[in-house]
Amino acid sequence: MTTIEPVPIVTPERPRRSFTERLGTLLPKIVLAPSFAITLIFVYGFILWTVYLSFTRSRILPVYDLVGLDAYYRLWSQPNWYMAIKNLAIFGVLYISLCTAIGLFIAILMDQRIRAEGLLRPIFLYPMALSFVVTGTAWKWFLNPGLGLEKTMHNLGWESFKFDWLINTDMAIYTIVIAGVWQASGFVMAMFLAGLRGIDGEIIKAAQIDGAPVFAIYRRIIIPMLRPVFLSAFIVLAHMAIKSYDLVIALTGGGPGNATELPSTFMYSYTFTRSQMAVGSASAVMMLMGITAIIVPYLYSELREKRS
Amino acid sequence: MSAAAETVSAGSARTARIVIYSLLVVLALVYLLPLYVMLTTSFKSLAEIRGGDMLALPRDPSWEAWTKAWSQACIGVTCEGIKGYFWNSIRLVVPAVLISTVLGALNGYVLTKWRFPGHKLVFGLMLFACFIPFQAVLIPMARVLGIFGLANSTTGLVFVHVVYGLGFTTLFFRNYYEAFPDELIKAAMIDGAGFFKIFWRILLPSSGPIIVVTIIYQFTNIWNDFLFGVSFSSGAESPMTVALNNLVSSSTGVKEYNVDMAAAVFAALPTLFVYIVAGRYFVRGLMAGAVKG
Repeated sequence: MTTIEPVPIVTPERPRRSFTERLGTLLPKIVLAPSFAITLIFVYGFILWTVYLSFTRSRILPVYDLVGLDAYYRLWSQPNWYMAIKNLAIFGVLYISLCTAIGLFIAILMDQRIRAEGLLRPIFLYPMALSFVVTGTAWKWFLNPGLGLEKTMHNLGWESFKFDWLINTDMAIYTIVIAGVWQASGFVMAMFLAGLRGIDGEIIKAAQIDGAPVFAIYRRIIIPMLRPVFLSAFIVLAHMAIKSYDLVIALTGGGPGNATELPSTFMYSYTFTRSQMAVGSASAVMMLMGITAIIVPYLYSELREKRS
Repeated sequence: MSAAAETVSAGSARTARIVIYSLLVVLALVYLLPLYVMLTTSFKSLAEIRGGDMLALPRDPSWEAWTKAWSQACIGVTCEGIKGYFWNSIRLVVPAVLISTVLGALNGYVLTKWRFPGHKLVFGLMLFACFIPFQAVLIPMARVLGIFGLANSTTGLVFVHVVYGLGFTTLFFRNYYEAFPDELIKAAMIDGAGFFKIFWRILLPSSGPIIVVTIIYQFTNIWNDFLFGVSFSSGAESPMTVALNNLVSSSTGVKEYNVDMAAAVFAALPTLFVYIVAGRYFVRGLMAGAVKG
C-alpha cells in the first residue's frame, strides 16, 4: 500500500494568529477528543476498575477494600472454572481447526472455475449474518433428541441411530462446536477464497508445465502462500472462541449441569446470579489476558508493517 | 486465478469436475439444512411436528405460528409476542449505528488527514478496544448505567453500543481514508477550505462504499448482540435476541417448536435481508474487521 507522507497541520504563515485560526488548528483534535476520551474511560478505565474489583471481596455489590489475590485463589479452586477452561480448550481447538480445514477445503473447491459460484458463495456465508441466539435456537431444534435428527434417521429406517449429544454430559460441548463451525466456516472460506484469488497464476502455470500433480501444487505451493490468511483466520476464530457466550446460552444454557460451561458463561453467572462479583471479575481478567496474549502481538506487527 | 486440473487427460478431468460439483452441492445442502428446517417447522402444526418428520415439507402450511410468535407468545410474564422486542431492537439499532458511523468517519478523517504526534498510539488504543472481551467491562458499565439512571433503557444500550462500536467504525474509515490522495486535501487547503468543508465537500462524496460497509457491519453486530442486551436490560425493554432466548428457553407450558422457529426467523430476518441485498458489502466489512489493511 502506498503511504504518502501525512498532511501536516496547517503551518501558520504569520506569527500572530487570530482566535479562529488557533481554533482551526485545534479543531481536528477537538473532534477526535470525545471518542478518545470515551475509549480511555469506558474501555481502559473500566478494565482497571474490573481488575481492582478482582482484588476485593465484592459479592453482590462492589466493595473497595483490597484483600489481595483472594478472588484468584477462589477462582482457581472452583471445579467449575476448570470445567470452563477445559471446555474452552476443546471448543477452541476443534472450532479453529475445523473452521480452517472446512473453510480452506470449500475455498479450494470454489476456486476451480465453478459455474454457480455466485449462487454457492452466499449459501456458505449466510450463517455468519445470523445472531448466535438464532443459530443456537435452530440447532437446538435440529439436534433435539426426541424430535430432531434422531427421529428423522429413525423414519429413514435407521432404527438404532442415537443422537443425544445435547443432553449428554460428555458430548454436549461438541454440539456447540458443530453449530459454531456451521456459522463461521463460510466466513473462513471467503477469507481463503480472497487469498487464493490473490495468488499469481503464473507460478501455478509454471508448476503445471513442469508436470506437478494438482494435489502437490496445492500442498507445496498454494497452501504455503496462504500463510497470512491462516494467521488472520486464527486470530479471528480464537477471538470469537474466547468471547463465545450467546451460542452456549441459546444452545445448551451451559448445561446439562455445567457440561458446557465456558469462561464467558462462568463470568456471567458468578457475577450476576451467584453474587460472587470478585470471582467473576477475576475470571474476566483471565479472559482479557488470554485475548491480549493473542491480539497484541498481532496488532503490533500489523501496525508496524505499515510504518516501513 | 489458480485453476488446476488442466494437464490431466479429458476423461479424468470430467470425473474431477463431477466430484467437485457434487461435493459443493452436498456441502451447500448441509449449510442450508438448518434454515430449511427452521422455516418448514414454523409452518407446521404442533401435532405434525410431533408425529411427522423434521425434514418433511409441511402438509398443511399455516401462518398460525408466525402470528402467534409476533403478537401472542408468552415471554416472561407478558403474552404479547415478540413484536415489542422487535421494535426495541429497531429503536436501539438505528441511533446506535448512525452515531457510531458518523463518529467513526470523523475519527478516521482526523487520524489520516490531520495527523498529530501520537496519532498511532491513539489509533492503536482505539483498535485494541475492538477486541477486548466485553466481560472485562460489564460490571463497571452496569454500575455507571445505574448511577446515571440509564439501566434498563434503550438510551443506555444505544450508548453502550456506540462506545464499543467506535473502534471498528474508526478502523474502517481510517483504512479507507488512508488511501485517499492527500494532494486533493492540500489543494483544498490552499484554496482556503477549512476542516469541515474539506470533509464535507471532498472526502464524504467519495465515501459511499465505506459508509455502506460500516453501516452494515454495525447493524449486524448490534442487532445480533446478546451479551449487552441481557446484561443491561430486562423485561419489556429487552432487545429481540434476549426475548428470543427467553421464549425458547422458557420451561413453562407446552413447548411450541413452531412458534420458537417463527420467532427465530423474525430475529434473523433483518440481518438476512441486509445480507441478501448487500452481501458484497457485508463480506467486505467482515474482512476489514478481520484483516487490518
